[in-house]
Amino acid sequence: MSNSPKSSFLYVTYIRTTPERLWSALTTTEFAQQYWLSAKPQAEWKVGGAWKITFPDGRVADTGEITEFEPPKRLAIRWRNEFMAEFKAEGWSLCTMEIEPAAGGAVKLTVSHSMDREGSKFIGAVSNGWPQILSNLKSLLETGAIVVPLPADFDPEKKFRKQLG
Amino acid sequence: MSMDAVFRALADPARRRLLDSLHGRNGQTLGELCEDHDMTRQAVTKHLAILEEANLVATQRRGREKLHFINPVPLNAIAERWIRKFQQRHLSALSALKKSLEKDRKGERDE
Repeated sequence: MSNSPKSSFLYVTYIRTTPERLWSALTTTEFAQQYWLSAKPQAEWKVGGAWKITFPDGRVADTGEITEFEPPKRLAIRWRNEFMAEFKAEGWSLCTMEIEPAAGGAVKLTVSHSMDREGSKFIGAVSNGWPQILSNLKSLLETGAIVVPLPADFDPEKKFRKQLG
Repeated sequence: MSMDAVFRALADPARRRLLDSLHGRNGQTLGELCEDHDMTRQAVTKHLAILEEANLVATQRRGREKLHFINPVPLNAIAERWIRKFQQRHLSALSALKKSLEKDRKGERDE
């Protein structure tokens, strides 16, 4: 365990789709916005490309850089929170997304989000958000709709603040 | 990945304890999980296989070690399907009430 990051979460979901469609769902801003609780992941989609998540009013939630980009298999992002001072102070985390073919015409998506720091509050906090984002992604790809539609007055910042404690 | 498999996996107290242990410290090896539980290595291995089959535990190889992680995605699906629709807010108020009443009773017994 000595060489493993100290705060680490793994999220696995099986989605009835193709690796190519899932890859496109992960790397297309317009599509990603639908399952990202209306926050907007955007990037220059290549190794070394800048990456960020913004709220609908344009404020920046997280920033980072694409460190691995292998369509349709593996994406890695060096990731730092920007809108909560105590999370920003924890520094950089690493998020990897891996796509593998699975039995029964499904694909397995493994998201790992970790930080080389014991008891990271940021990694703990995002562990509330990821399962919902991945449920929405699965549902969107399989049925064309997200699990829980957002209310008209939905405020993603409030939602994230609540999840981030 | 059926919800039946998730409920079956959760039906066993030893498996729930393994999940609690991973929730406390994520990314443990089989050896570490065995240390914390009064079970044989074979029993822990069998329970982990059932949890992995239900997608409640995910594993990652790191060098020669296999690390076990709690996967919160199926638990979120259960919460969406079975809890949120029954007004989670009321339930959490009731659960807080139950906790506080039980704490009071425990206090009485301790005195």
